[in-house]
Amino acid sequence: MLKMINIDVDLDGDNGKDQVLNKINLSLERNKIYVMTGPNGGGKSSIAKSIMGIHKPSSGKIFLDEVDITDMSISERARQGIGYAFQTPAKFKGLKVRDMLQLAAGENKIDLCEILYDVGLCAQDYLDREINSTFSGGELKRIEIASILSRKLKVAVFDEPEAGIDLWSFQRLTETFVKMHEKYDTTIVIISHQERILRLADVVIMVDNGTISEITSKDKVLKDISHLDSGCELRDNCIKGGIEDAECIR
Amino acid sequence: MLSVLDKKLLEEVADLHDVPQGAYNIRKNGEGISKNNTANIEIVTKKDKPGIDIIIKPGTKGESVHIPVILSHEGLNDIVYNTFEVGEGSDVIIVAGCGIHNPGSKKAQHDGVHEFFVRRGAHMKYIEKHYGEGEGSGKRILNPKTIIEVEEDGVVELEMDQIKGVDQTVRDTEIILHKNSRLIVSEKLLTYLDQSAQSNIIVELLGEDSSAQIISRSVAKDDSRQVFHLSLKGHTKCRGHIQCDSIIMDKAQVSSIPEISAYHSDAQLIHEAAIGKIASDQLTKLMTLGLSEKEAEDTILQGFLG
Repeated sequence: MLKMINIDVDLDGDNGKDQVLNKINLSLERNKIYVMTGPNGGGKSSIAKSIMGIHKPSSGKIFLDEVDITDMSISERARQGIGYAFQTPAKFKGLKVRDMLQLAAGENKIDLCEILYDVGLCAQDYLDREINSTFSGGELKRIEIASILSRKLKVAVFDEPEAGIDLWSFQRLTETFVKMHEKYDTTIVIISHQERILRLADVVIMVDNGTISEITSKDKVLKDISHLDSGCELRDNCIKGGIEDAECIR
Repeated sequence: MLSVLDKKLLEEVADLHDVPQGAYNIRKNGEGISKNNTANIEIVTKKDKPGIDIIIKPGTKGESVHIPVILSHEGLNDIVYNTFEVGEGSDVIIVAGCGIHNPGSKKAQHDGVHEFFVRRGAHMKYIEKHYGEGEGSGKRILNPKTIIEVEEDGVVELEMDQIKGVDQTVRDTEIILHKNSRLIVSEKLLTYLDQSAQSNIIVELLGEDSSAQIISRSVAKDDSRQVFHLSLKGHTKCRGHIQCDSIIMDKAQVSSIPEISAYHSDAQLIHEAAIGKIASDQLTKLMTLGLSEKEAEDTILQGFLG
């Protein structure tokens, strides 16, 4: 289980001027899928980065399976079994897809072809290509997700994994999350605005204005959305929890 | 007879574990110590100055020539002049390179002047690696000068790597491209401590539909200095592209001086140059996979320099 207790994050550390998270309390249980949603800039990615150790809390504690990881570095947290798929993946001149996936896997035995297949890429075409700007945004995103799928994780956080992924591959992507979840008993946290991702959730976490505004069920959220659905009203950002850009449901 | 040290240097600069197959000439401490010709490749010792002529018969395909140079003494100043005649329609790999082991306090220097004539329709891949080591405080200096003329329909691939341990280098490369000929250059350079490296590449695109692609990647660490002067001159309908990327670290200094000159309205020339630190998003990504910051940095540099 991962627990965040009273987490504040102030990016500049100057007494609240750049505070992006305010008193976050969250318990993520093993083997559950959480979908985190809410308006842009509300703090979803900041929570994810705090879990990974990219953002350091100005106060509060984080525990993973009762171990205090608050002061652990990114690398140490990774070795404890936390993974994070970035919203905007890094490009690397010289580093090939094969290298990245093998680095990610470490001692975990993986089938590179299967991993790439799961994210909709053909291994033959991609394994020996550099992860550089010749890739489209969608391709980079898939490789980023593949790097997380290569690992045996306790907690995997995916930051808007659907961005840049075409409609045709979406189904496979959602199946892949379920597969990972079942294979390794992984706690999965997905930051998303997509209804199809919301449908995977055991629990939905609504984040707004640097706080958790609500922890609820997908049924409630989907019901709320369906009430609002007349002529894409969601685009007006009118849902009280702040789900924006979600798909219209008929 | 090659010593263990000689073999180590040969492995570093030419991936050789022993004397190679096929044509070769091994030069050690200013003298040729071992040579072999084949039916298609003849190596002749020059009579007027130090060096060799390498004559590759027209139509020779799938053969390689190894001409490594090793220096294992301090105080040497070895100069060599090699001339390559790559026959019409041939397709060969030439592996050069120089390794210096300097055990003393005096400098050890090798200056190699290589002149290539790549005849019509020939394809030459030239691999040159430079490496230095040794417990002595004496400088390890390598100054290669490479002059290449590529005839019609010829193709030249150059792989020029300065892997490690060279204290000072000035690399001069001059290439002339004739009609429909093609040049691909891959240069990789690493400097650290107080090392310095200068690379000057001038490509004259003389022939119609000739093309050149130069990809230069370097890493400068500590107090080292690098200067790149890469120049493309398009005299006719031609295409040229220079991509010069450097990662700069610590207190190093890097200068990248682009020059593209077109003397014809159908010349298409591009120069891209970038100098910067290792991107933080790259480091962070690798750290999220469990690598320490140092391991992440090493992985990025290793990948960048291939």
